[in-house]
Amino acid sequence: MAEPMQDGAAAAGRLQTRFPDAVVAAGSFRNQHWVELRAERLLEVCAWLRDDPENDYVMLLDVTAAHWPDSAQPMEVIYHLYSLSRNDRLRLKLRAGDRGPVPSLTSLWESAEWNEREAYDMFGIVFEGHPDLRRILMPDDYTDFPLRKELPLYTG
Amino acid sequence: MRHSIERSAEHPDVITLNMGPSHPATHGVLRLVVQLDGEQVLRTVPHLGYLHRGMEKIAENRTYTQFIPYTDRQDYLAPLASNVGFALAVEDLLGIRVPPRAEVIRVLCCELARIGAHLLWLGTHALDLGAATVFFHTFRDREWHYDLVEELTGTRLTTSYTRVGGLAQDASGDWLKHLRKFVDEFPRRVDQYESLLTGNAIWKKRTQDVGVLSATHALAHGVTGPVLRASGVEYDVRKARPYSGYENYQFDIPTGSAGDCYDRYLVRIEEMRQSARIMDQALRNVPDGPWHVDDPKIFLPPKKRVLTSMEELIHQFMLVTEGFECPSGEVYSSTEAPKGELGYYIVSTGGRSPYRLRVRSPSFNNLSVLPRICEGGLIADVVANIGSLDPVMGEVDR
Repeated sequence: MAEPMQDGAAAAGRLQTRFPDAVVAAGSFRNQHWVELRAERLLEVCAWLRDDPENDYVMLLDVTAAHWPDSAQPMEVIYHLYSLSRNDRLRLKLRAGDRGPVPSLTSLWESAEWNEREAYDMFGIVFEGHPDLRRILMPDDYTDFPLRKELPLYTG
Repeated sequence: MRHSIERSAEHPDVITLNMGPSHPATHGVLRLVVQLDGEQVLRTVPHLGYLHRGMEKIAENRTYTQFIPYTDRQDYLAPLASNVGFALAVEDLLGIRVPPRAEVIRVLCCELARIGAHLLWLGTHALDLGAATVFFHTFRDREWHYDLVEELTGTRLTTSYTRVGGLAQDASGDWLKHLRKFVDEFPRRVDQYESLLTGNAIWKKRTQDVGVLSATHALAHGVTGPVLRASGVEYDVRKARPYSGYENYQFDIPTGSAGDCYDRYLVRIEEMRQSARIMDQALRNVPDGPWHVDDPKIFLPPKKRVLTSMEELIHQFMLVTEGFECPSGEVYSSTEAPKGELGYYIVSTGGRSPYRLRVRSPSFNNLSVLPRICEGGLIADVVANIGSLDPVMGEVDR
């Protein structure tokens, strides 16, 4: 069997060298590397990750979130990037307040438009600069954000 | 609302047309609001969520094994493929790999699912554009495929066939023989479908230069699968990041160049042949041996032992009532489902349920290009475009 792929290892290293003050934390699990960024630096770092030929992350595969209600920054937004030329994935994360705000990536990748809408719909996170931030799966008159942890799970 | 276009000097005859959510050509509960000037489409606004069941929320309250039946109901045209994708993600989280026999059977499942999904797409897509004959041919063969699914799993639609660490049950020798007959015959059937459409002047008129999607736009929208490949990008998870032993099989990745409905048609047609080719190789080399991991903390013990041995009884009881423990951590794991890259992102804080389970569905991202490829085209081509993107709403809405 071939050596397991070290996803995002090289790019995470370059990112930490290039933007040391934008990185909050970094790590890996099961050979998948991630970098946590300061929200205000997200756009700048992502533009570099997309356009720099050494990184070349042409695809934003997914935008999603996780809710950590006991944390001071309860919203974690998670991005999965993919580079076609290098066959490499990178996970970016950032922490934000209860409703964000978080900069929108719609100016860099159009896939952010629907995925950020879903993260807003499910968690209530506001993506600043999104051209059309409204619900996508839930009805327009729905008032809750279903994937937040305070919404109870069915336990029957 | 951003999507409304008012009547103006520029557009004096704008009309708004609602299409769906219950409409035969929207392939499920997709709703579109289309702004028209005569026959020309000015703007298309999709409205989703009619099939939203909150699967990602439900997962937080289920053991990993209990979530498997929900994966049947994502891409319900290829449940076997979603079963495999989910099992692989949890196995990545656990850091385990299933034995070779299970991997080969999983590959057979994935490719059989791809053929089944593409047959439905081809039949309905052609029917939408007025070629009714094709539908009868593909549904005849799809029935054959369903007979095989039923023989393997005991059910036709809600297969729930994988388990974390293996399969629900082994594949029988008889099933492998029956599948062999299908694999040997199927490429001839694909030739039959092609003889009805590929050179057909009306079909070409309805699909060529219709719904053109450039590679740049496809990538920016996160489009994957046959739709991306038809735009000329050779990305297939099975080749780029092989799983379940896909590196051991010879197969080609068909790509298009124009990125129109016709290219998307050609790519999927060729994919069916390649699926049969992979299954042919897999069937020549189905290894004997175990079809699940040998770990009583993860995989159910054989029923015979449960009834005769105390230790196995306890393992069975614990696995069924409580589930198995996962380490704390997070993984993103993806497979090449019939529609494209199906990713599962699991955030685990330890324990027996995911803290957060994200389903990155290919149909959701693929469908997001619909407004772009419909704009400026004709209303009749909206139907061609939807069919050529092949979205399945169970997976879009989750």
